[in-house]
Amino acid sequence: MKLPRIPALGLPDLDLSWSRVFAVFLKELVQMRRDRPTFAIMIVMPILQLILFGYAINNDPRHLPAVIEMREDGPMTRAFLASLQASTYIDIVAVSTREDEAEAMLRSGEATFLISIPAGFERRIVRGERPQILIAADASDPVAAGGAIGAVERVAQQAFATEFEGPLAFLARTPAPYEIVVHRRYNPAGETAFNIVPALLGIILTMTMVMITSIALIRETERGTMETLLATPVRPLEVMIGKTAPYIGVGAVQVVIVLLVANVLFQIPFTGSMIAFLLGVTLFIFANLMLGYLISTMATTQMQAMQLTFFIFLPSMLLSGFMFPFQAMPEWARMIGETLPITHFLRLVREIVLKGAGLTDIVNDLWPLALITLVLATLALLRFRRTLD
Amino acid sequence: MSDALVIDVAGLTKSYGGRRVVDNFDLQVPRGAIYGFLGPNGSGKTTTIRMVCGLLKPESGAGSVLGLDVIADSLRIKERVGYMTQKFSLYEDLSIRENLEFIARLYGLDRRVARVDQALIDLGLAERQAQLAGKLSGGWKQRLALAACMIHEPELLLLDEPTAGVDPKARRDFWDQIRRYSAQGVTTLVSTHYMDEAVQCDSIAYIAYGKKLLDAPTAEIPKKIGLACWRIAGRPLQQAQKLLEAAPGVELVARFGAEIHVCGHDGAAIERAAIQVKREQPHVEIERIEAGFEEIFIYLMAESRDNFQ
Repeated sequence: MKLPRIPALGLPDLDLSWSRVFAVFLKELVQMRRDRPTFAIMIVMPILQLILFGYAINNDPRHLPAVIEMREDGPMTRAFLASLQASTYIDIVAVSTREDEAEAMLRSGEATFLISIPAGFERRIVRGERPQILIAADASDPVAAGGAIGAVERVAQQAFATEFEGPLAFLARTPAPYEIVVHRRYNPAGETAFNIVPALLGIILTMTMVMITSIALIRETERGTMETLLATPVRPLEVMIGKTAPYIGVGAVQVVIVLLVANVLFQIPFTGSMIAFLLGVTLFIFANLMLGYLISTMATTQMQAMQLTFFIFLPSMLLSGFMFPFQAMPEWARMIGETLPITHFLRLVREIVLKGAGLTDIVNDLWPLALITLVLATLALLRFRRTLD
Repeated sequence: MSDALVIDVAGLTKSYGGRRVVDNFDLQVPRGAIYGFLGPNGSGKTTTIRMVCGLLKPESGAGSVLGLDVIADSLRIKERVGYMTQKFSLYEDLSIRENLEFIARLYGLDRRVARVDQALIDLGLAERQAQLAGKLSGGWKQRLALAACMIHEPELLLLDEPTAGVDPKARRDFWDQIRRYSAQGVTTLVSTHYMDEAVQCDSIAYIAYGKKLLDAPTAEIPKKIGLACWRIAGRPLQQAQKLLEAAPGVELVARFGAEIHVCGHDGAAIERAAIQVKREQPHVEIERIEAGFEEIFIYLMAESRDNFQ
């Protein structure tokens, strides 16, 4: 294939020799085949991910945890609760008579809905006073909340429809003899940015922290400097701390940037405790650094480290409650989600930034982060070889 | 275990993929000695050195380095040993000074700045201290590596082919430095492929295919091997070489430029072969010579290959 060349324009030389192309092609194939672990990752990862995410992700939220604040315990209200439960849209995780208790569950994320039935409900229905049922939804994630709110509203109406029969048939009229009031808590305007921007902090931190540290040791091995390091009396723990510590600073800078942007560009309110936030984000950075460092002790090339990083990164996006509602996933997928640092970080950052949570509210998210960090660090230290064996 | 022995190991064995890379290796190195470590590529020299300094765990075998148990006390051995790797293994993206300071910190040295300054002066690196290590030529890299492994004033230096790919002048300077350290009481175990370096060692251990074949004071080696050698000089030599290779009793025919060295244990047979060549190829000169290290090690290498197969 001969084409005229115009060197002055710097056009690429198109004088191709297919046998040379073939030589390069063959060499690449051989090298690819030799790098067994990378090859295995390339084949196994897509299969695993398809199965994992295909079954796990569900946009139709069911079994959402709800707390019932019940001021009246009568046949009608009990039947109402039974129908709600039977609808499979919500799972009643607690029934309380105290408002503050129910509110606390909503704030801590134990419940996505708070359904409040006022005192004297049945009597006021019969009297035609149109009592209000309050449905308070955790709308910090407006997308997840949107579908669920509609569903719960519908279910509530259906629950009563079956009650209004026989002597109460006169109540089955329009407008309904009761009123359902929906409150969207924590993000009343349903601003997607309010939910996404604080969560993005988690994604950004995961991406950079894990990726940077995942090649920490591999770079030493690939450049041959590992031998020098191992020939000195340096201890594995010293290497681990020394190698990851600089990135705490990098993480801190990212946190400041995201918070500033969140505040200036998106006007996201920061309602909770700054101390709780700092503690949470620090633990989260630790967990990610250890995760990356552990990858670094397992992979043998930078390519493998990148693949493994993505293997962590995808579930961090998909199974953590970042993109899809956490509660809508099947049990096993939620269990995987619980092992990811970002799942706990997303909860605590939403609680602090949007729900105004303080230190005591996020304890349930802090200790899993601390535990994950500890387990990852221990595994990494066990994997670190003191010799070149 | 004598205090005079800095390295005293016995039965060191290491396998990779079922192949014994180092097989039942013994070594005794007295304090202050320069011990040469010779053998063909892939003979297990690097693996042995790594086992001695605790970078690899031997499968079996035991011993002491600097009076410390070679397996149990490897961390304490590392504090007192300087190991120079075969491949340059300092940080190419750090400057000379930063590399030395990093190593000094890892050893927890006092007077760090003063020590680094002194090391830079000793090795003639002072003017280049801000230069990135990756930008240095082979000879300078090797100086830096030596400085790095001497910074904590080790009692034992393990040098793995330290002068590979270094020009003759730099190699000479390097050996002068090693001899200075030796005079200060530092013990050195150095692997090399260069015969001019081998002869500078007090003793030589020769290893091939994982097995030690020879371990003796350098001066005694020619007598120990007992090779008789003749030199055949002149051009052309093609025909002479063929004749020699076919002659009975000839164990080694080695070409050195315009001459051939022919050697064997049977002195009379070698002499007959040389005279035979002179008769058939009158243009060549023949002369009886002392067997040099070059011939001895080529001979050993050829021998060991036969043993291996």
